[in-house]
Amino acid sequence: MTVAALRAKDYKSDIKPVWCPGCGDFAVLSALTKALAHLGLPKERAALISGIGCSSRLPAYINAYGFHGVHGRALAAASGLKAARPDLAVLAVGGDGDGFSIGGNHFLHACRRNMDMTYIVMDNEVYGMTKGQASPTTGPDWMDSKMTPHGPGVRRFQPAAIALAAGAGFIARGFSGDPSGLTRILAAAIEYPGFAFVQVLSPCPTFRPDHRDWKEQVHGLEAEPTGNAVEAARILQADDGMTTGILYAEELPVWQPRNQASASIAEIEEEFRL
Amino acid sequence: MNSDSSSARALSVAITGSGGSGAVTAGLILLEAAARAGCYGLLTRSSGPQIRGGESAAMVRFGGQPLGCMGDRFDLLVGLDWLNVNRFADEIPLDGEGVILFDPGVGAVPPALAGSGARQVPLPLKEQAAAIDGGRLNMVALGAVGAICGLPREALAAGVERVLADKGGSVLEASLACVAAGYALAPEPFVALPAPGGGTEGRWNIGGNEACGVGALRGGVRFVAAYPITPASEMLEWLAPRLEQVGGSLLQAEDELASVNMIIGASFGGVPSLTATSGPGLSLMLEGLGLAVASEIPAVVVNVMRGGPSTGIPTKSEQSDLNIALHGMHGDAPHLVLAPLSIRDCVFTTQWAVELAEHLQTVALVLSDQSLGQSRVITEAPVRTPAPLARRVEEEPEEDYRRYALTADGVSPMTLPGVPGGIYTADGLEHNERGTPSSQAADHQAQLDKRLRKLEGFDYGPAWAELHGAGPLAIVTWGSTAGAVLEAAGRLEAGGTPVRIIALRLLAPLRRAALAEALAGAERVWVVEQNHGAQLFRYLHAEQALPAGARSLARPGPLPLRPGEIVAAVTATA
Repeated sequence: MTVAALRAKDYKSDIKPVWCPGCGDFAVLSALTKALAHLGLPKERAALISGIGCSSRLPAYINAYGFHGVHGRALAAASGLKAARPDLAVLAVGGDGDGFSIGGNHFLHACRRNMDMTYIVMDNEVYGMTKGQASPTTGPDWMDSKMTPHGPGVRRFQPAAIALAAGAGFIARGFSGDPSGLTRILAAAIEYPGFAFVQVLSPCPTFRPDHRDWKEQVHGLEAEPTGNAVEAARILQADDGMTTGILYAEELPVWQPRNQASASIAEIEEEFRL
Repeated sequence: MNSDSSSARALSVAITGSGGSGAVTAGLILLEAAARAGCYGLLTRSSGPQIRGGESAAMVRFGGQPLGCMGDRFDLLVGLDWLNVNRFADEIPLDGEGVILFDPGVGAVPPALAGSGARQVPLPLKEQAAAIDGGRLNMVALGAVGAICGLPREALAAGVERVLADKGGSVLEASLACVAAGYALAPEPFVALPAPGGGTEGRWNIGGNEACGVGALRGGVRFVAAYPITPASEMLEWLAPRLEQVGGSLLQAEDELASVNMIIGASFGGVPSLTATSGPGLSLMLEGLGLAVASEIPAVVVNVMRGGPSTGIPTKSEQSDLNIALHGMHGDAPHLVLAPLSIRDCVFTTQWAVELAEHLQTVALVLSDQSLGQSRVITEAPVRTPAPLARRVEEEPEEDYRRYALTADGVSPMTLPGVPGGIYTADGLEHNERGTPSSQAADHQAQLDKRLRKLEGFDYGPAWAELHGAGPLAIVTWGSTAGAVLEAAGRLEAGGTPVRIIALRLLAPLRRAALAEALAGAERVWVVEQNHGAQLFRYLHAEQALPAGARSLARPGPLPLRPGEIVAAVTATA
């Protein structure tokens, strides 16, 4: 019996997203299902882990095992799952607040730990679920939040540059307005043997209507993806944050458990015997 | 010279010095040597918060029966030096019956100790050590202590070889020579300790942190994520290589928030998982533990309590995390709280906690403490119990699979990633039976009921507490304090006052009916614990589980509760 090839719709669950009309995350959901279908990954062998926020609702909308946890800790839960179950394709997903603010420490250490997983951050430069506060990637002059009436006044968090500095081996940026480009990036990220970080520019039409401009601002990387970290650092430092594509890809040592059973518990307990 | 007044057959020795003086090494050897001579024993260590230097002491108590606590007084204090000994003065009660062994070359006995009236026995320890190539004063002192206590030379030599096995031949040789020289210096023997019949076959020399590690392995734990913290770290250091040997792994996390979420992730994947921490770390983990309760993912935390609040007293013991363990999570989050009653019991209680967490798909908090974790005991080998409680895993889910199905016993079969047809999203958001987020009152009520039902309705059997004795005087206690209470009860009974002891191992969910039965007919009830706020006493009151007139003996750490003060407290009101 031949198994029918999986199609993108096979990865869609029957739960209706809570997202606002026009949310960029719809395109990420769609691109992700296409990437999974393209890779032919059996849906029960994939696990999507998330924290809290609009985009963190995504696992429920994918027909795969899912885990919707607490704010900021998606990468920690994903790391535990991958360490315990190396046979699974593990994807962590979430937003810019979840990943870079409350989860910032885990982001740094997931980059340098380099476990074989994919981390997709849907970056809309705003806290949508709590109704419009500044996030780490919000510009310093954004005046529309009641909580920061003078604007955040803080330099932006630079996800790609920070990921590089923290030791990530695969760094890419996609745009939800470019679904086919995003699908290619996501497929490459899932295939990458190590920690693959994908920042997706995913506009929030409700709280950041100004992001309609993103369609005009994004542009592809002019060069081939580099595997040279120094060159990547130069590109990312000069970057305007709107460059899409695979910005850096280099194979690095991957953390994995060295569990090789060699003794019984009774043998281990011998050390206590008088 | 009298032996420990608390028990005619126990002897207490303290070896004190500054960090690096070898006090703890000498104590570890003494414990092993006494064990080989047929004694039971207990070693506790005391140190300050410094990393190198500062003060250090090993306190060894040995005797003819298992020991669960330190005594009220010390028979012998060995001063390797006097640099920081004042910090120990109140931890090592001495009296006129005691002996202080020291080398006059390290200075006169400081007033804090000399004032006890203990007999001073100066010995040329330094000189003997200097005469041996690579010789050390602590080993000479150890030899003298061995002779004074009537330990056979062969037992001491075997102890040296066991404890210093990885130090290399020359160290071993010099140490054995020093011990022999010290042995020859002994002025007079102490009362020799009677060895109990039956020999040493089947006995273990094990520390409490290691014992929790053994319990974790026996319970099936194969993944640990943790962040180092005193006094829990030894458990993690012991587990790291041994988990690999049984096919598991340990991951050092970036912080406690990561640790707890890592074990939840691993457990979601089907691998029984555990983390170990101490008070401040537990505070950081509470949000994650609430997630495990809500998403019904088994998770076990061994919290090795230390003095609190905040950073508190990291190197010394207290039982003051009961409140946070019971009530720290937000929302209505029923879960298990257990506490081992001795070092040996750390094995059983940790294993049971893992099994219960797995079987009931919930959180189990194990409240060990520094006095258990960083002490060693000579004990009968913990019995290997079969593991009848495993996770209820659904391997062939039906078409209408519901992860959070409302079953009669509240436990819903769980599918694991990789199983076709069992796909679901685990969720900390309130959800319906399928796991779909829901803010509807009916779903919330049903899931809350189910999560409580599975804990309240489960038959925990007799292990919820250790019960001893009978009589109108009842002492309720928990965790490590049980050791001191047991010894206090022995003395009370010897004095003609029968005592019944209820040492709680399962603190939540409280077995109200079983406790009521155990307390039936008691005329005087005491609740004994080591914290400032009478946390168990208040909890039992809130649960209406204590008769009117019940009294509290609650004293904070870091000094251990001693049997004598328990006897004094409960007899003062007789």
